[in-house]
Order: sequence, then C-alpha cells, then structure tokens
Amino acid sequence: MILVWLIVIPFLGGLLCWQADRWGEQAPRWIALGTMLFVLVIGLWLWVTGDFALPSGADTPWLLEWRADWIPRFGIEIHLAMDGLSLILVALTGFLGALAVLCSWHEIGHRIGFFHLNLLWILGGVVGVFLALDLFLFFLFWEMMLVPMYFLIALWGHSGSAGQTRIRAATRFFIYTQASGLLMLVAILALVFIHFGNTGELSFSYEVLLNTEVPEAIAPWLMLGFFVAFAVKLPVVPFHGWLPDAHAQAPTAGSVDLAGILLKTAAYGMLRFALPLFPEESAAFAPVAMVLGLVGIVYGAVLACGQQDIKRLIAYTSISHMGFVLIAIYSGSELAIQGAVVLMVAHAFSSAGLFILSGQLYERIHTRDMRIMGGLWGRVPTLPGFTLCFVAASLGMPATANFVGEFMILFGTFPSAPVVVIIASTGLVMAAIYSLILMQRVHFGPAYRDGALAGPDWREYGMMLALLALVLLIGLYPQPLLDTTAGMSGRVVELFASGVQSLAATAGEVR
Amino acid sequence: MLTAADLLTLLPLIIVGTTAVVAMLVIAWQRHHAGTALIAGAGLILALLMLPVASTGSPPLMEVDGLALMAATLILLSALVTVILSHHYLTGYIGPQEEFYLLLLCATAGALGLVASDHLAMLFISLELLSMPLYGMLAYSFRAERSLEAGIKYLLLSAAATAFLLFGMALVYARTGYLDLTGIAGALGGAPDIWMLAGGALMLVGLGFKLSVVPFHLWTPDVYQGGPAPATIFLATVSKLAVFVVLLRLVLAAPVFQSDWLQTMITVLALVTMLGGNLLALFQSNLKRLLGYSSIAHFGYLLVAIAVGNALAVETTGVYLVTYLVTTLAAFGVVALVSSPFGGEDADGLPLYRGLFWRRPYLAAVMTVSFLSLAGIPLTAGFIGKFYVIALGVADSRWWLVGGVVAGSAIGLYYYLRVMVTLYLPEPGMRRRDVTNDWGSRLGGMTLVTLAVVILVLGIYPAPMIDWVQGLSVSAASVSDAWRG
Repeated sequence: MILVWLIVIPFLGGLLCWQADRWGEQAPRWIALGTMLFVLVIGLWLWVTGDFALPSGADTPWLLEWRADWIPRFGIEIHLAMDGLSLILVALTGFLGALAVLCSWHEIGHRIGFFHLNLLWILGGVVGVFLALDLFLFFLFWEMMLVPMYFLIALWGHSGSAGQTRIRAATRFFIYTQASGLLMLVAILALVFIHFGNTGELSFSYEVLLNTEVPEAIAPWLMLGFFVAFAVKLPVVPFHGWLPDAHAQAPTAGSVDLAGILLKTAAYGMLRFALPLFPEESAAFAPVAMVLGLVGIVYGAVLACGQQDIKRLIAYTSISHMGFVLIAIYSGSELAIQGAVVLMVAHAFSSAGLFILSGQLYERIHTRDMRIMGGLWGRVPTLPGFTLCFVAASLGMPATANFVGEFMILFGTFPSAPVVVIIASTGLVMAAIYSLILMQRVHFGPAYRDGALAGPDWREYGMMLALLALVLLIGLYPQPLLDTTAGMSGRVVELFASGVQSLAATAGEVR
Repeated sequence: MLTAADLLTLLPLIIVGTTAVVAMLVIAWQRHHAGTALIAGAGLILALLMLPVASTGSPPLMEVDGLALMAATLILLSALVTVILSHHYLTGYIGPQEEFYLLLLCATAGALGLVASDHLAMLFISLELLSMPLYGMLAYSFRAERSLEAGIKYLLLSAAATAFLLFGMALVYARTGYLDLTGIAGALGGAPDIWMLAGGALMLVGLGFKLSVVPFHLWTPDVYQGGPAPATIFLATVSKLAVFVVLLRLVLAAPVFQSDWLQTMITVLALVTMLGGNLLALFQSNLKRLLGYSSIAHFGYLLVAIAVGNALAVETTGVYLVTYLVTTLAAFGVVALVSSPFGGEDADGLPLYRGLFWRRPYLAAVMTVSFLSLAGIPLTAGFIGKFYVIALGVADSRWWLVGGVVAGSAIGLYYYLRVMVTLYLPEPGMRRRDVTNDWGSRLGGMTLVTLAVVILVLGIYPAPMIDWVQGLSVSAASVSDAWRG
C-alpha cells in the first residue's frame, strides 16, 4: 500500500497547493515542499530498512509489490512494484522535487498555487513511471506527466526573444514525446495480442509478457517502438530536437525536473522494459544503439561549445552525458550498467546544480546570455565557487560521482566494444572544454558591468551544499548505491546475455 | 403485425413522439419557455427510464437489439443535455423560443428509429425524420446570416446525400429484390457483383455525407460555425451517432461490405478522414470550426471499426461513441454557455477564451478536461476510446490504419494544445463576452461540471462502462458472425 501512497501523495499535495493559493503566497510553497520531503523520507526509510541482498533464484525480485484489478476486460491491473533501481529513482525524485520547489521560491511570483499543482503532478507521474509494472499503467503515467510539464513550460517559461517561443518549445516537447509514446502503445498492444494469440490470456502484466514468443519478423519492430519512445525522452541524437528549446524556455524548476528526473525515466524504461522484453532484438540492435550513443556524446559536446545561452549549453551537455548512459545500457556488461545508474544519479545532481545556479544568476543579472556576463567571480560572492564545483563534477573530475559513473561505463564496455570506448573517451576531453568555456565566459575575464551583486541566502546556500555533499559522497563511496541496484543490473545482464547467445546460435544456423 | 410486446419495445420511441405532440399542443395553447423545456426534458427522462423495461425485440421493420438499446441510451442522454443547454442559451433569444424543443424532440425520435432500423425503408424514413428538423434547428436564429446559411447548406448537402443513398438502395433492391437487411444478406451467396458493389458504395457515400467523411466534409465547418450552439451540439452528437450506428449495422449485416473493393475504399476513406480532419483544424482560430474539424478526425478514427467489422469492432464503436459523446458535449457545452444568453453571433473566436482560467477557473477546467479528452490523453475518457481503436487495429493487423491514428493524434495535439494554453494565458485588457456570474449554480453549468467529472471517471475507472458496452454489443456482433460464419 505504501507504493500507492508514494504516487497519490504528490497528486493530493498538488490539489492542496492549488486551493492553498487563497491562504497566502507562502502556503502553496510550504505545502509543496512538505509533500516532496514526505516522498523523500518514505523513499529513504524504505532504503534504510530494505534488504537488497541478491535475490535467490525463485524469489521475487521485488522489494515491495501491490496489485489490484483495474480493467478486467483487457487483463489490465494496477500493478506496482519496487526494486533497488526504482527505489533510488523515487528517492531522487523526492529530493529533486524538493529542490525544484526551493529554487522557484522567488522566481515564480504569479499563480503560485497552480504552478505547484503542475510541479507536483509531474513528480507524481514520474514516481508512477518508476513503480508501474503493468504496461498499460506504465504508458498511462508516461503520457500523463507530459501535460503538467507542458503547462509549466508554456505558462511560467522565460519568454525568449520572440514572444511566443516558450509555447512553441512546450508544444514541440509535447508532440515529440506524445507521438513517440503512441508508437510505444502500438508496440505494447501488438505484444499483448501476440501473447493473447499464443496463450489465450489477455494481460498487460510485465512478468507475464516477459517470455512472450514473438514472431521473428515482428519482434524488431516492436523493440523499435519501445526504443523510439525512450530515445526521444533520453534524448538520443536524431530525436533530440525538443530538448534545448524546452530547457532554454522552461523555468528553473522545470529544467531541474527535466534534466534531473524526466530524462532518467527514459533510461529506466530501457533497463526495465526495452531490454528485458526483447533481449535478442536488443542484442542485435546494440551496435546501432552504441553508435547513436557515440553520436550523441560528440554532437552534444560540440554543440555545447558553441552556445551563447547558458541553459542551452547545459542542455547540450545533457545530451552528451546521456550518450554514455545509452552505450552502457546496450553494452551488456554488469559493470557498465551499474555505472549507468551511478551516472544517472550523478548527472541528476550536477545538472540540477548547474541549472539552479544559472537560475540564481538570472535572478541577479536578468540574462542567460553568456556574451554579456563575464567577470562575475569578483562581483558575486560564493556562487562562482559552487559553479566551479559543479562544472568539475560535470566534466568528470575524480572524487565526484560523475567520474565514478563514466569510469565504470568505459571500463565495463571496453571488453565488448573497445573502439566505442576509445571514441567515447574523447567525449571526456570535450567535456573539459565546454565546462571550462562555461566557467571562463561567465565568471572570469573582464567584467561586463560593475557593481557587487547579492550573495546567496540561506536557501540557496543550503541547496548548493546539499547537492555538493551528495556529489562528493557518491563520488567517494558509491558502494551503497551499487549494492542497491546490483540485483536489477544482474538480471538485465543475464537476459541480455541469453539474447546474445540465441542471436549467436541463429547466426550459426544461418551459416 | 404489431403485438403488445412490440409496443413495449417501441415504448421509448412512442414516448418521445408523444412528448413532441404534447409540446406542440402546449405551445399552441400558451407560450412558456421554461415550461416547454421542462416537458421536453421530462419526456426524454421518461423515455430513458423506460429503456430497461423496453428490452429487446423486433417490431416490424426494426430490430431492437443490444446495439440499438445502447445507442438509444446515448441518444436520449445527449438530447437531454442539449435540452438543458438550449434552455440556457435561448433565454435571451428574441423571437419564438419554444419551437426549438419541438424540432429537437422530432429529430430525437428520428435518431431512435434510425439506430434500430432493420429495413432500408425504415432507415430512409428515420434518417429524413432526423435531418428535417435539423435544418430548422440550424437556421433557428435566422436573423443572423450565418445561421440561415448553415441551415440552407445543410439542407442542400443532405438532399445530395439522400439522392446517393436512395440510388444505392435502388441498386441493391434491383439486384436482390429485398429491402430488409436479413433478406439482402441472405440473397447474396458468393462474390458480390458490380451492381451490389455500386449500391454499397453509393450508400456508403450517402451516409458518409452525414458523417462528414473527408471528401464529403466540405459543409461541416460552415454549418458548425453558423448554427446556434445547441443545434451544433445536437448535430455533432445525436445525429452523427445515429448515422454511424446504422452504418455499422449495414456493414455487419451485408456481406458486400466485406468485399476487397469496398474494404479498400473504407480504409482509404478512414485514413483520409483522420488525417484531413486534423490537418484542416491546425490553423483554425474559430472554436466551433475547430471542433467541427476535430469531429471529422474522430469519425475517421471510428471508421477503423467499420473497416474491421468484427465483434470487437462493435464494442469499440460503443466505447468510442460513449467517450466521444461526453467529450463533445462538454467541449461544445462550454461554447454554448459562454455564448448564452443568446446575443447575435456565438462566442466562438479563440481570443475570447484567452485567460478564461483566471476569471472562471472551473469552466476553464471543464474545457481543459474536454480538450485533453479530445486529444486522447490518459486519465480522460478520450484515451480509453483511442486505446480501443488502436487495440482494434493492432489485433486485426491493420497497420496502415494504426499508423494513421498515431499520426493523426500527433497532428491533432498541436491545435488542442493551442486552445488549452490560450485558456491560461494572461487576460487581455478588454473582453466582450463572458458567462453569467451564476453559471455554476444553474442547471447548464452543473451539467457541464458533471460531464467533466464523468470524463475523468471514465478515464480512471472505465471497467463499468466497458462491461455495459460489452454486454450490449454481444448480441449485435453474434448476428453478424452468424451470417459470416
């Protein structure tokens, strides 16, 4: 039942925030903050009390499970379950949700209740995505979190240069994800009906569909249906068109959610659904996916170097980092997949840190254009120092969590795909370049304007310190995180290996 | 011969007809707007209550099966909502207000007969009974040029549609010598010949006009825009539903529609309709026209059920029609409410709705929910309908149609989102039209809020609705399967 509450609490909190508008400006903020902290505390409590020892053979892999009938006509259930990976991501959602509330404390000045309604509903939808184990339910949450995100960008976004751009960015975001989501729905339905044809049982349950015998002619298409939906959200390069605009126009809280959590739902979807449901097709597809990942790494890094808008720059670095995650997921090595999880968490922290910092800069100098920044080191106390820390994390400096993640990914992938790893390593070099460009243009060099600006208050200080502490903590001692997700990545690798084997077997037969 | 059991089966139709007569007499005796509306509403509710008693049966020329009962329920409910909104809308109308309900009741009777017709003559008579009053309803505010134009346009195109339909029926009759559906189906063993195909195609075109399937859709935006809001609501819900159900009945009963040639035609029509409707709506800034195009697209999705034509298709039709009806009623209802009381042209320009959320949050919420449902976003009724259509296409491996639905939905999002975000943008300085302050406490407003709640409930917990539709659609489907089997 606790899983249901994890999803329901943000939704209820959102409604409460909407109505709390009439009790004053601060009421919705405190309610939203309390709601997200509540989710975080439940997550942490589950983490502390949970037992993540590798599950033995017949045992259920789930830490917690909850199911109830929903639409019996199609065998659709409300089936929620939590394992190590979903637990970590749910806790991450709670944490970043609280940060998102905090960082918009002064930024959002109008329609506060409705803003927090949207913010909390996004987070509720994301928690749902991480917990849903029924494919229909998963799709439902997957699509549902788009609507509030759309409103968040369209209504509270930064009006870019030409009037309507935030609405256009929001619409583009929505159409990209919704259209690709419908492809996934078609793939889900095809899978369900194939299973129905095989066994006469109509079910959307993940565990039931896991071992469906899909005809060879159709299976790659179904796999692609899932892959495209996740690739748009991750984003993988040909499908990334929505991301820079959405980030650039979104309010800080929106960017934090988008980079910190929404992108992670895609990686989660690949690990939970795309790979286990179609191990053989995924193994066959792995080289393509890795090349796409490489393209993403290089493309994101190169474009990041050329950006003028600080938030667009960070957005492109996200594409680059997610390229590493994509490579790791399709490498089929346990070490790399564990690394992908670490990098997902690390990227959530570091990009959230950078987005919040750029939001704080915006509140002070009212621009995100790096051409008219410069020399802020001397003008703003403390913030440049934090920026340096997060930039260092983003470029993968040892002792930060990002380093652990990237190192594990490269190390784990090398045995199976050395060439990929060699090219991907250049991404690290480029990361150093764009990170230093960011630092140089914003904080060093000649000052564009004179006059001291206000330093961070306790709220900004607190957020930065918390994020930094987490980045360093995971960077120095990632073992608890790794222990938690070991069970999950072990199972994925097992399935992937079986896929590779059967692929090799069929290849042998052909020969 | 009519038996007592037949009379019982026909009870809802008889009640609606009687109510129309009573309404006419009352109008002749004493004009009273609220009273007439009350009589119409009471008659519809009474007919609705009689539906469980009426149960199935087959009076002469008709076949009251599960499908007919389901459609009758939906028709009566939609008509009831239309009556409520009409009362709201017509309160400020200068000129005779009461006759609108008379026309509405007649058209409802026609729709009830149409969905149950088992004979081409019955089909034709009830289709005309449905259409004739609609001309009057559309041209009701005849002092407004657009309304008159809408009425005349609909009249002319209906005449053309009728001509096609009659020609098709004549060909079928010439070939088989039967006018009842079972007879037609029975007389046709083996592959249908060219006359039968032509007859089927012509009937399809005739009904396609009424459903505004794409090459025959040109009247739709003008008529939707011009007609008074309640008339448009009736046209978009009751009329389309009844015609679609009878089309489904034809397709299920007559084997000619399963021939390759007509199958291809239906598939192409469906594709063109769903894509065309959505593309044409893209840059509309008139809300009623936009909803008109959107309804074209929705019937494009529904044609998937006609193309597949099996047991699941009947169920899909039922579910989709339920979701379409509640959604369309809510969306048009908001337009009707903002346009009431009547004041010349309807408030259908998108700029009028800018910032609606900040002055009328609940009304805007109703509209948001209905547009989300039109777009087929999860947790709304529209998603369940879309899910059914895609499931139907996938289960029958109609990949072209599935692709069309996906592409159409993606295109559709653009304009649905545009309308939705308009509701939340900052208000402009001046506004010309707004709902009355007490809208929420009046019957029309409460109906709309109820509809929005129903949309959400159907989206979150659709199981009861699915069970209901499934239960009723079994009989209709089994008939067709028996013929085919």
